[in-house]
Amino acid sequence: MPASWILLSVLALTLIGYFLARQRAVASAGGDRRLLHSLPNYYGLNAALAAAVPALALLCAWMIIQPLAINSYISNDLPAEVRAVPGELSLAMADISRVADGLSEAVARGAITTEELDKLDAEASDVRSLLAGVGVALGSDVDAQSLDLARSYRAATNTGNILRNVVVLLVALAGMAIAVMITNKDFRARNFVERAILFLLVAAASVAILTTIGIVFSLIFNTVDFFSRYPADDFFFGTRWEPSFSGRGGASDLGFLPLIWGTLFISLIALIVAVPLGLMSAIYLSEYASKPVRAVAKPLLEVLAGIPTIVYGLFALLTVGPLLLDIFGRDGALGVNWMSGGTAAMTAGLVMGMMLIPFVSSLSDDIINAVPQAMRDGSYGLGATQSETLKQVILPAALPGIVGAILLAASRAIGETMIVVLGAGAAASLSMNPFDAMTTVTAKIVSQLTGDGEFNSPETLVAFALGMTLFVITLALNIFALWIVRRYREQYE
Amino acid sequence: MTDTNTSMAPAGEPKRFGSLLEQSDRTKRRNAKEKRFRLYGVAAIAVGLIFLTALVVTIILNGIPAFTQTHMTLQIELPADKLDKKGERNLADIKKVSTFGYNPLIDAALVRAVTEAGVETDITKGKDLRDMLSSGAGAQLRNAVLENPDLIGTTHAFTLLTSSRVDGYMKGRVTRVSLARDKNLTPEHLNIVDGLVDTGAIRRSFSWNFITGTDASESRPEQAGMGVAMLGSFFMMLVVLVLSLPIGVAASIYLEEFAPQNTFTDFIEVNISNLAAVPSIVFGILGLAVFIQFAHLPQSAPIVGGLTLTLMTLPTIVISTRASLKSVPPSIRDAALGVGASKMQSVLHHVLPLAMPGILTGTIIGLAQALGETAPLLLIGMVGYIATNYPDGIASGFLDPNSAMPAQIYEWAKRADPAFYERAWGGIIILLVFLVTMNAIAVMLRRRFERRW
Amino acid sequence: MKDNIISEMDVTTDKIKISARDVQVYYGDNHAIKDVSVEIQDKTVTAFIGPSGCGKSTFLRCINRMNDTIDICRVEGDILIDGEDIYDSNVDPVQLRAKVGMVFQKPNPFPKSIYDNVAYGPRIHGLARNKSELDDIVERALKRAAIWNEVKDRLHAPGTGLSGGQQQRLCIARAIATEPEVLLMDEPCSALDPIATAQVEELIDELRQDYSVVIVTHSMQQAARVSQKTAFFHLGNLVEYGETDKIFTSPEDPRTESYITGRIG
Repeated sequence: MPASWILLSVLALTLIGYFLARQRAVASAGGDRRLLHSLPNYYGLNAALAAAVPALALLCAWMIIQPLAINSYISNDLPAEVRAVPGELSLAMADISRVADGLSEAVARGAITTEELDKLDAEASDVRSLLAGVGVALGSDVDAQSLDLARSYRAATNTGNILRNVVVLLVALAGMAIAVMITNKDFRARNFVERAILFLLVAAASVAILTTIGIVFSLIFNTVDFFSRYPADDFFFGTRWEPSFSGRGGASDLGFLPLIWGTLFISLIALIVAVPLGLMSAIYLSEYASKPVRAVAKPLLEVLAGIPTIVYGLFALLTVGPLLLDIFGRDGALGVNWMSGGTAAMTAGLVMGMMLIPFVSSLSDDIINAVPQAMRDGSYGLGATQSETLKQVILPAALPGIVGAILLAASRAIGETMIVVLGAGAAASLSMNPFDAMTTVTAKIVSQLTGDGEFNSPETLVAFALGMTLFVITLALNIFALWIVRRYREQYE
Repeated sequence: MTDTNTSMAPAGEPKRFGSLLEQSDRTKRRNAKEKRFRLYGVAAIAVGLIFLTALVVTIILNGIPAFTQTHMTLQIELPADKLDKKGERNLADIKKVSTFGYNPLIDAALVRAVTEAGVETDITKGKDLRDMLSSGAGAQLRNAVLENPDLIGTTHAFTLLTSSRVDGYMKGRVTRVSLARDKNLTPEHLNIVDGLVDTGAIRRSFSWNFITGTDASESRPEQAGMGVAMLGSFFMMLVVLVLSLPIGVAASIYLEEFAPQNTFTDFIEVNISNLAAVPSIVFGILGLAVFIQFAHLPQSAPIVGGLTLTLMTLPTIVISTRASLKSVPPSIRDAALGVGASKMQSVLHHVLPLAMPGILTGTIIGLAQALGETAPLLLIGMVGYIATNYPDGIASGFLDPNSAMPAQIYEWAKRADPAFYERAWGGIIILLVFLVTMNAIAVMLRRRFERRW
Repeated sequence: MKDNIISEMDVTTDKIKISARDVQVYYGDNHAIKDVSVEIQDKTVTAFIGPSGCGKSTFLRCINRMNDTIDICRVEGDILIDGEDIYDSNVDPVQLRAKVGMVFQKPNPFPKSIYDNVAYGPRIHGLARNKSELDDIVERALKRAAIWNEVKDRLHAPGTGLSGGQQQRLCIARAIATEPEVLLMDEPCSALDPIATAQVEELIDELRQDYSVVIVTHSMQQAARVSQKTAFFHLGNLVEYGETDKIFTSPEDPRTESYITGRIG
């Protein structure tokens, strides 16, 4: 593993730098540590950081850039008609890199020597079975051109790796050497080290930005790719969701409306369950409950929030669904025959509502407590009962905050995945009946991305367009809700 | 002041207030309303608690049976002429006999056991009787023999797994009625099972296999276990811990202690609060696109799961870490700065250690959340992979395809055989045991180190 | 302003409205009010003065049982209004508070319109049979609180948009809209500027015609300006109670004198 060796070498240089610089600093002060500008450790740390940080940063950057560079270099040699279609190009490149990896693997295992590899002829020998022998399965036979490209791909990668190792080691060595050279007793090592640490802290904080960028880019690129294969109009305004499973048939209906309908329907059921229950629980716990009751009931309710969603999903699928079917299904307790299967919008909605109770309750609790005591006093002073005070003074005063909390809960419900994957069913429908099976945006993201479809088919790529709409909807809800809640809080601060 | 002459009570009207000692009708009505409102509150909490109870009871009732397994003890004759024709007890020779070679031995033993139990039955063929045993029974026997070749030529008692239908019958899940339409077992078999239970040949007992074992294929629910998925989760959590704790703490220190008030800082803060509310499935898409599609990390590998969950957990850890940094009073920082420490020293030497219990509590809670998260794992391929092998070594633990606890539960929930549902519930019990333990540790940490300034 | 006129007014009636006997108040273990007995007359402004933390507000809040809303607070002794013990188990604090209105230290209008603020009390107590009666009650209360002219054109604007002095007068209007017989005021001017204070003080004097007003104040000047009777509290004890003029000119207790002359406080 060359990458891990280079890592170890850099670490070794780091350690060496640490001790050398430390020693040099103490020596330059004639062994009297009081003469040093900084504590001896700082001199060591300075050299260690100088050796490790630039080298490791370079290593990371290199590992990201090299495949990209090689890809564009190799793809220039592909036929023009392949290069013209983005999907074809990335498919071809994926094949080539796979063959190249397979060849490297074969060489590493001794199935073929480097010389044999150079002379390898695609027509004469069966590259596919050779690679299968080392555990790399290929979808099709390798033609002469692909083999050539794979060979040059492999060569370029090898050269790049060697170059990378040399450069990274040199950078580490140079960093260490410079840091050790400039070490003397008056060198302000602590300031340098602290600046470096601050830089690392900023880098850590930037991970949040990088994550957001990563999300946006991974969604945008694939979404654009999707819309180049499937018309946006048909996606956003299509009323049928019927992906064909044959792969690139082009016969798929990928309409967004049934999915968002199911999502909103189920979320609405969940909110109808969670909002009254959560709100009343919050009111009771914060205004009425005695201390011991509050101390027991509040954490117990919050347990509901800590249970993983897979548990709720299973509960919906195996317990709530059959139970509802026994009541509302054919031959059910009510004899109404509204429900034909255990998985339905109602099943998922009810269970999701359960999950959201503590979420609504703890948010509302905070918000109700933020209403100043003076409001309560004013109302009690006029002879209002507690419930009158709550209903006519506190809740209206807290309304913006509660609306914000409900919007946050709605965003949770819209983004929830496991409960709907297991509990809501798989059929996309625009039904008005809450006991019908429905499906949601999140459930379809899962099913389209975990299926066997080819990655570059619209049936798979549609998941990214769905993800993009989901991201935009929840983001907008969250920003709006947080804005409302913040404005509400400022009003009473 | 112009309106002094407006008197409040119009003259001649009777005095409005009666005696305070009697409640007026209106007050009674209002108090009744008050009582009703209070009752709604109690009802809401009761409904919430009933939900919780129903959930817990369902999990326990359905999940506990997964921890026990039904076995059949059979006296099996291991004739040397069939298993080791050369008689040299050479392991290579013994290995030549495949599972199919062992099945007739089991069949014979079954026929004998049924006769001894004195059960009257139409099923006389051993091959049909073998439906009562797991389809892995032959392999189980073969492995036992390969481990101890001296057994060949003797008759030895083996405890073999029964099929999931027999197991289900012992657990009350399978009935004669439900078997009427079943291809795998007939109600007639159950009469034999009853007889064998009487003789003590069939027994249901606690089984470690469910906790430590590997997943099994769709046709053998009785063999499936959580062990490998637990390892997968463990390696993932290791990645999450190693990455999210230092990055989260560093980011929080910067934002809380060093960041200037500017747009860049604001932008980071907005990003973090929004990331905390992004649906987890979107992180799955991120993981798929960045780590697998772009960086070509192996699919289904715990390292990819770990990286994805790290990004998801970071906002949680940053938010709780900032809260605990904020709770350290400024006087501590001033005291350190006052004796000539640099800002960095005051933070690293004084503020951070004081905030550590809070940070750890937040981290454990974040980890617990990540441990139970399923949706992102679906997208990076940790579902659909059947975890039948333990990882060999640490690198393999991170890089080789594996499952994770919640993904394994999902996998089982999707399979057609109801015997897997029991496994899924049992898996949830294991998962919840971990979560409860982690949360308990977090609560203990908080109690133990909670400081009031 | 016309404080000299106010102080020269005679006390008009001698009827006892509120009578407290041996009242003790505890906050947990803290004995906040010790053995307070006092008789408060009808149609009179009675001022409670004393250094902060002396228990004057606590005692005021006993008169309409506002202390009930504080869990750890315990009240012993008797407080009678019109001869009825308000701590009797049959008494509903809700009914009591309709009869004994209260105005608080900080103006606390509800985040509703001016109209709804004033109409709140009449609505919950069911004082109006229809909309036009309610309109009348609101108008009368606002006029009585001397704020009608300032708000009559924007009755449906939020009450929180008014100035501090207007807000406090709105709160007074809100309190008198339920037509109470006693009006308790807990430092009603402490959050107001001098001009608003003068307006509210003037209003208090006018309210005396219909109500028994009890006002807590930390300002001796205010007590002297608006009240006919003054009670001086110190460390939970009622030290001295009598005609305002007398308390301020010839106090009997040395502690009262020290406070009035500014030596304690």
